[in-house]
Amino acid sequence: MASFATLFYKELLRFWRVGIQTVGAPVLTALLYLLVFSHALEGRVTVYEGVAYTAFLAPGLVMMSVLQNAFANSSSSLIQSKVTGNLVFVLLAPITYAQFFLAYVLASVMRGLVVGLGVLLVTSGFVELRVQDPLWAFAFALLGSALLGALGLIAGIVAEKFDQIAAFQNFIILPLTFLSGVFYSIHSLPALWQTLSHANPFFYMIDGFRYGFFGVSDVNPAVSLAVVGLSFLVLSAGTLLLLRSGYKLRG
Amino acid sequence: MKPAIEIRDVEKRFGALRALAGVSLAIGEGEFFGLLGPNGAGKTTLISIVAGLTRASAGTVAVMGADVIAEYGRARRMLGVVPQELVFDPFFTVRETLRFQSGYYGIRGNDAWIDEVMHHLDLTAKADANMRALSGGMKRRVLVAQALVHKPPVIVLDEPTAGVDVELRQGLWQFVRRLNRDGHTVVLTTHYLEEAEALCGRIAMLKGGRIVALDSTRNLLDSFSGLLLRLGLESGELPEALAGRVLEREGARVTLRLDNHAELEGVLAGLRQGGVVINEFDLQPPDLEEVFLRLMERP
Repeated sequence: MASFATLFYKELLRFWRVGIQTVGAPVLTALLYLLVFSHALEGRVTVYEGVAYTAFLAPGLVMMSVLQNAFANSSSSLIQSKVTGNLVFVLLAPITYAQFFLAYVLASVMRGLVVGLGVLLVTSGFVELRVQDPLWAFAFALLGSALLGALGLIAGIVAEKFDQIAAFQNFIILPLTFLSGVFYSIHSLPALWQTLSHANPFFYMIDGFRYGFFGVSDVNPAVSLAVVGLSFLVLSAGTLLLLRSGYKLRG
Repeated sequence: MKPAIEIRDVEKRFGALRALAGVSLAIGEGEFFGLLGPNGAGKTTLISIVAGLTRASAGTVAVMGADVIAEYGRARRMLGVVPQELVFDPFFTVRETLRFQSGYYGIRGNDAWIDEVMHHLDLTAKADANMRALSGGMKRRVLVAQALVHKPPVIVLDEPTAGVDVELRQGLWQFVRRLNRDGHTVVLTTHYLEEAEALCGRIAMLKGGRIVALDSTRNLLDSFSGLLLRLGLESGELPEALAGRVLEREGARVTLRLDNHAELEGVLAGLRQGGVVINEFDLQPPDLEEVFLRLMERP
């Protein structure tokens, strides 16, 4: 237990020590999105009846930040340790692969939640947000960040260089989050893109998270939670198998 | 001799490359053991397998009786490894690094021991310095300290003195010698053969993924190496019979090679019969470098 607690704490301290970069920067980015998009689109786009566009956008940005930062945390921590070689200290120790998995994923969840909370606080200065059902929102933030933390772990295991992580981030994570309905409701899309959006797990995370705020969503939140939960389980099983096999970590 | 490390028929392939081609080796408890060989011989691969950092393609390894795969938790607790590369986590101080390392081994509240280790390694003044701010030699000491936080009975040092200045090297060896005297098993790989000769009771030499020699340092020196006899010639010429022994000749100074001490008498008799008068005499004991070179030159 102490092994897990230590690794978890080390991972927390790692991102907290460079908080300007790991928390401050993404909060600022989200705020810029909010200001720019709301300036351009406020009053011109209505997604849900009685919900201003900026109010619609804010939870989407919160969740996008949660997801992106959860991914960034585990993936960048692992690739850094691999490239600089200091992962050896963890690999030498009697830490089980399940403990390793839990420590990295939980630290990702924490980073995601801290950044999400930061974005929420900052945007609430610009938008009046009502939170209909905070438990739903929290459940999606928790599961979503865990899922992305596991995905980041996989990316960190497979990648050998920093630019491979960047490619993963830019060509997979970023498009999937942007096309998940952060900035729009998928009901406004042509039929083909609506169908495609349903194949994007990020869509369910954003949609379900937003339900917690407005009590309205494109998909029944229970269905979304099931999709996200199942995705998390499948991804976790995959990550655990990778860790157990020692793939790219124990040559 | 109860083995601290038992290596059985270990093979390691990286694709077509056979880094280890069937290595078997038992290192006894309390030994100071040297693992020598040229670059690419498989030393680090073997150590990585012992430490669980790499998995063997075939064969088994046990540390203090614990299999490094099946009982990895117990095996790793028994082992402290000082890696060859100068690696560190730039986010933390020396003390934090050592506390984390203790925690990874499940040890909390380890500060008394951490302080003691830092004291022995002259790290106390740097305890709260960030790892990034340390010199290479200091980082090396932290690596040694990290390997000792959990008081392992078996300590493996992979090229610990590469690129380290003389003073630190001496200090490090003093410290490691004391650990060995206190009962720790020490396994060392090094490029400095004089170090291995001075420190190790037993030595294995690796070449091309195989053990080509495994014996006590004394026996290796006795059985493989010759003696060097340096002479200064006052007058007379070296007899024909001794020409085959000449390794080096510089004016009146010659260096002859002897296979063992017993040959000395014959050589001296030859000189006397040839009417040679000598004004300088120096008999050099065998050294490990000579053994090493002879073994590595063999096909």
